[in-house]
Amino acid sequence: MKKIRFLSLICYLFFISSCAQYHGPEIKNEQSPKYITETVVDGIDIPWGMAFISKDEILVTEKSGILYRVFKGEKTEVSGLPEVYVRGQGGLLDVATAPDFETSKLIFFTASSSDGESPGGNTALYSAELDADTLTNLKKLYKGNENSKKGQHWGSRIAFDNKGYIYFSIGDRGNREVNPQDITRDGGKIYRLNLDGSIPTDNPFYNEEASKKAIYSFGHRNPQGMLKHPQTGAIWVHEHGPRGGDEINIISAGKNYGWPKITYGINYSGTPITKDRDLLGLEQPFYYWIPSIAPSGMVFSTSENYPKWKNNLLVGSLKFEYLELLVIENNKVRERHKILEGIGRIRNVKQGPDGLIYIGVEGKGVLKIIPKPPTK
Amino acid sequence: MKHLFYIYCIGLFGFISYLQPPKTLKKSISDGKEIYQDFCVQCHLDNGKGVSGTFPPLAKSDYLQNNIEASIRGIKYGQRGKITVNGIDYNGIMSQQGLDDDEVADVMNFILNSWSNKAKEQISITQVAEVQKNEYAF
Repeated sequence: MKKIRFLSLICYLFFISSCAQYHGPEIKNEQSPKYITETVVDGIDIPWGMAFISKDEILVTEKSGILYRVFKGEKTEVSGLPEVYVRGQGGLLDVATAPDFETSKLIFFTASSSDGESPGGNTALYSAELDADTLTNLKKLYKGNENSKKGQHWGSRIAFDNKGYIYFSIGDRGNREVNPQDITRDGGKIYRLNLDGSIPTDNPFYNEEASKKAIYSFGHRNPQGMLKHPQTGAIWVHEHGPRGGDEINIISAGKNYGWPKITYGINYSGTPITKDRDLLGLEQPFYYWIPSIAPSGMVFSTSENYPKWKNNLLVGSLKFEYLELLVIENNKVRERHKILEGIGRIRNVKQGPDGLIYIGVEGKGVLKIIPKPPTK
Repeated sequence: MKHLFYIYCIGLFGFISYLQPPKTLKKSISDGKEIYQDFCVQCHLDNGKGVSGTFPPLAKSDYLQNNIEASIRGIKYGQRGKITVNGIDYNGIMSQQGLDDDEVADVMNFILNSWSNKAKEQISITQVAEVQKNEYAF
């Protein structure tokens, strides 16, 4: 009798735990024949950010503090960067071209900076004009305040919406108990600025006393993926969770995305962070990953080059070293597929002007994914 | 008399800070643990075992025990290229973490004295400062 009771307890626990863990489709193995890649440029250890400046030229940031201009497989160093504070996960991070880059030659980038009084650093957003291989008219548009010597969670990605604003992220800077939930502090936030660096007066906390006026949303951990949805124009962000609980969020003005009050993850050591997964007034993610894939970079594939990928989301996985395809139907993740399994730590993913998908892979450089010939 | 005492105290304080007694091993290990939790734990994990074939182990690592200088260099300037740890080849990249010399010494003392690792000698800041970047390795 005791044995039966014990067995039923086990069954019950198994049932509960399997229920608790179901939150979306299981990832499927790569379909065969597998996609192949071609090297666009090699010899870049950590290709953090990528931005196309023409149909065959890319700006690529190397985390250690180098900006490359890549043309036909050759890389040239671009001069004129500010001093980059390389520490832990920080360094030279994302790069993006202004929506009117063709005429303005304006680029934006994020980097760790030690500017200021206190020791350590924080994430800063810069703009500059690209003149051949030189940056001119460099401007620091924003810098997170209060430096920290912590190595973690600098963010950072950049995106533009359809209304003329620029968005960028700063992670919680390894201080989750203090930064993400406090709108008078930087860190753990998505920021919105005008392209000249001024703060839009209709930002959600603009009129709050002592607030950081540039904040657009808060309660984030470490967002390293951001884009404008090609159809809706909404800003999509993904962020690293702790152990489990990486999230995709669709960003709305003034919303609190919950970190660390709610999370689907636990500490790296295995201890809980909070028992709460859902609290009133805190946003639920659009999607979350358990286990963590360590997402970095994302893009919607919109071309005809990869028929099954069209209008679906591609996310780089640092941890599992594949590209993840998330098939989205009716505003839900319906399927997940591994692509390019074993390719290496994918730091970034972009769609080129040619509609091909380009990935930044650590220890390799930039690769492009060759579309499959149509099957007969 | 009171003034004399203050002067004595200031003098003593000055003398002590002039001597700058090195950190005790215990203090260096506990500071190193903080650095480890901040900069290293995501890949090498709490148990120091890493991920076989991807991130080399530090716990009971023959490479670490036998290559103190190369290990300091790897932490100080970053590590790339093939290394063999406990019979398994690793060919990844550990990027430069931007640690100060005293932090490198602390984290070395932590990893050399954790997970049943036991070092013969304490790593000093001077020892770390003396390790130069090996240009040929790149």
